Amino acid sequence: MTTTETPAPPQEQTAAPLEVRKTPARKRLVPYWLLLPGILWLIVFFAAPLVYQASTSIQTGSLEEGFKVTWHFATYWDALGEYWPQFLRSVGYAGIATALCLLLGYPLAYLIAFKAGRWRNVVMILVIAPFFTSFLIRTLAWKTILADGGPVVAALNSLHLLDVTSALGITEGHRVLATPLAVVCGLTYNFLPFMVLPLYTSLERIDPRLHEAAGDLYARPATTFRRVTFPLSMPGVVAGTLLTFIPAAGDYINAELLGSTDQKMIGNVIQSQFLRVLDYPTAAALSFILMAAILAMVTIYIRKSGTEDLV
Amino acid sequence: MAASSTTATTAKTTATTAPTNGRTPNKGLRWLRRNIITLAGLGTLGYLILPNLVVMVFSFNKPNGRFNYQWQRFSTDAWTDPCGVADLCGSLGLSLQIAVWATVGATVLGTMIAFALARYRFRARAGVNTLIFLPMAMPEVVMAASLATLFLNMGIQFGFWTILIAHIMFCLSFVVTAVKARVMSMDPRLEQAAQDLYASPTQTFLRVTLPIAAPGIAAGALLSFALSFDDFIITNFNAGSTVTFPMFVWGSAQRGTPVQINVIGTAMFLVAVLCVVVGQLAGKRRKRS
Repeated sequence: MTTTETPAPPQEQTAAPLEVRKTPARKRLVPYWLLLPGILWLIVFFAAPLVYQASTSIQTGSLEEGFKVTWHFATYWDALGEYWPQFLRSVGYAGIATALCLLLGYPLAYLIAFKAGRWRNVVMILVIAPFFTSFLIRTLAWKTILADGGPVVAALNSLHLLDVTSALGITEGHRVLATPLAVVCGLTYNFLPFMVLPLYTSLERIDPRLHEAAGDLYARPATTFRRVTFPLSMPGVVAGTLLTFIPAAGDYINAELLGSTDQKMIGNVIQSQFLRVLDYPTAAALSFILMAAILAMVTIYIRKSGTEDLV
Repeated sequence: MAASSTTATTAKTTATTAPTNGRTPNKGLRWLRRNIITLAGLGTLGYLILPNLVVMVFSFNKPNGRFNYQWQRFSTDAWTDPCGVADLCGSLGLSLQIAVWATVGATVLGTMIAFALARYRFRARAGVNTLIFLPMAMPEVVMAASLATLFLNMGIQFGFWTILIAHIMFCLSFVVTAVKARVMSMDPRLEQAAQDLYASPTQTFLRVTLPIAAPGIAAGALLSFALSFDDFIITNFNAGSTVTFPMFVWGSAQRGTPVQINVIGTAMFLVAVLCVVVGQLAGKRRKRS
């Protein structure tokens, strides 16, 4: 993650000697002054809180008597032992939602990049437009769309699709709301633009002549896609899946608004431990586990996919 | 996916049989095959837009109970009285205020960092980059809980200032990324040319560097505004009893959703789309002239 320096050198080589040549020590401090306020802000309000939280997670005590650091690592085991279903569910839901986003988002990004022509800007605005309405309001709209007795449920029922999904365990009875299907549907919807935009950015960079060249070499459209387009869009795929998976795994809004108590994700547990139960050590331990798990997964994923210059 | 592969194989057979037949047998299938990506893309677009349409339509609803989830009958009551619900417009004003200040703070601090990263050589570069990247790679709930832990331990009162501090914190990285990309892609010879023409460093910065970096800064600022205005998770942990607009919507999901929420949502949507369209048209006209 820290090896993101590849784009920098050419600039530095031209700019830096220029600075050094005519600059005494005073000017060499310029970058540090530029960095100081922002970095200080991040250290005090981002990095320090993480350390604070680490120390909170090994404290014991009560609200009345106050919490003290007692190196009580058992909190981690207790938290994992009690909440492992929510952890698994978070990873599962977020994983499925990410896969669905990729599946749904790719054709749309492809459409904007290669097929939209003069409609490109219009489609682009329509992709970004949902952002302009508060996402909580839009998530609540899914309650209307998926409501029992609504047109979607009626259609699925008449096709007997809900019987199939019930058999698979992703819906219950003849309803969609308050089931895993609703939560995954909400997650997919909420993070879809984060998949489409990076995909579009990397697809747009592909020279259309490469497609013609592949065609000239007798590649069928499917082959062209598999051997040319998709490999070239990999940076977008990696960025999109990360931008979708990370927030989805920590999300508790969709599970709260569209799910029932059986669909609670780890975010819900952290939120209720912190804001309702006021059990700060458990909340801290849980969010630490979540952070470690996600950072580990992201690191492995970036290594595997071989695109380390993302940011 | 399955559909596209089957149509691809059928297309192959039609392609091989076509010369003997003299004409292609299945026009509909060929059309489908050629446009399958466009159709799938439009389907996804529909999925993205559908909730906005529902929000819009239901802003004209007159629900029977406290919840605005079922269509009853048409009414413009909510549109004529958008602030008719207690605390709604207050929370909206607060959200706008926080978003403006968070945008100003994050844009200034982020632009400074971006220039340092793009223009200077200094120690601890990798460390700075990691510190910028991590907030974007961290689930919001983790940042939210840890920052709230800090405030709790320091005995700081939750409210406007804690929300603002948190928003500047998470918007900062996005500004840095947007501005850095723009400054890096800039031709350094432009600045050298300015200096060759005897521009002072200040003049060079104000007349050459800043105008070129401006679109990046604007993009970062817009993103900050949108992120801050719409943030729920971090605000939920760090707001105390202060209610921003997303917090109001969240609360109403439990207590009852007034139609006015949909009115505000629709109005925001229309205003934003209008701004984008006007901006696009203005840009097009400038390009032409």
